Amino acid sequence: MLMVLGHHLRTKNEWDRVMRSEILFQQKFKIHGGDFVNAGESSIKIRNILKEIGIDTDIIRRIAIAAYEAEMNVVMFAQHGTMHLLVYSNKILLKVADEGQGIENIELAMQPGFSTATEEMREMGFGAGMGLPNIKKNADVLNITSTVGKGTRLEININLNSKND
Amino acid sequence: MAKKKIRLSDIIKCFSLHIECGQGLLDREVEGGYVSDLLSDVMAHSKMGDVWITLQGHPNIVAVARLKEIAGIILINGRKPEEETIKKAEAEGVPILSSDLPAFELVGKLYEMGVSGKR
Ligand SMILES: Nc1ncnc2c1ncn2[C@@H]1O[C@H](COP(=O)(O)OP(=O)(O)OP(=O)(O)O)[C@@H](O)[C@H]1O
Ligand SMILES: [Mg+2]
Repeated sequence: MLMVLGHHLRTKNEWDRVMRSEILFQQKFKIHGGDFVNAGESSIKIRNILKEIGIDTDIIRRIAIAAYEAEMNVVMFAQHGTMHLLVYSNKILLKVADEGQGIENIELAMQPGFSTATEEMREMGFGAGMGLPNIKKNADVLNITSTVGKGTRLEININLNSKND
Repeated sequence: MAKKKIRLSDIIKCFSLHIECGQGLLDREVEGGYVSDLLSDVMAHSKMGDVWITLQGHPNIVAVARLKEIAGIILINGRKPEEETIKKAEAEGVPILSSDLPAFELVGKLYEMGVSGKR
């Protein structure tokens, strides 16, 4: 990755800045609750951006899964939200924040198979209760905070120099 | 002996699949297959180059296929993709095919042809 970004790094200052792990790229995406037609588009855009930057394909695959699951949860369980992609020299951070129903019991929500999806959502193939476990499995660090009736925040961290699995 | 390449076009010919969209992408190689109607399950377990067999025809299948680099989607049991699904699939470059066969029959035939779920 540094090789691809490398041609921008002409001076020692610029190099130092990268090594101090400042943000090299960031973009924010809006997610609309209940919009099942356009759901997933932010994740596709994120994948395309990371491809263009030249991020390792295995890492892109993991981020694509995490981004999609997080985006779908906003679509299913919130009114609206944002997904914020931050690329650092050594990691990628996805911050997903929504205004929505919130999660009462995060530990329970993390259990594979747990879902409060409606019948309609289940008919569409959502509600397997695998979204949060999928995110966890593909992230190096996952932080969830939530307030019932207010909303939920996810911080998904994926290191660029380590392999998981 | 090198394994013979199987393309979407071979599958279409063998099992008389209907082409719903992605006409120009049918020479894509099929490296394996996955069957599921649960989207998170497909996100977790499908692999790049798979054909994905499902009865879901709503637009979100396009995002899943794109993100997982699925070679193509096959709808079973005579199901047809929604109009919006076709629009998105054309835009994202995801071929969608359909079959009148039930999943069990189609998957059996694909397996016989050499498309496997394991690799
Ligand atoms: N952003 C969110 N806001 C409110 N509740 C959430 C949010 N994300 C997850 N949840 C709760 O946690 C449960 C489990 O989430 P998870 O993504 O694992 O499964 P799911 O979305 O129900 O099904 P799947 O992701 O397999 O389609 C959800 O059913 C919901 O109750
Ligand atoms: Mg989910």
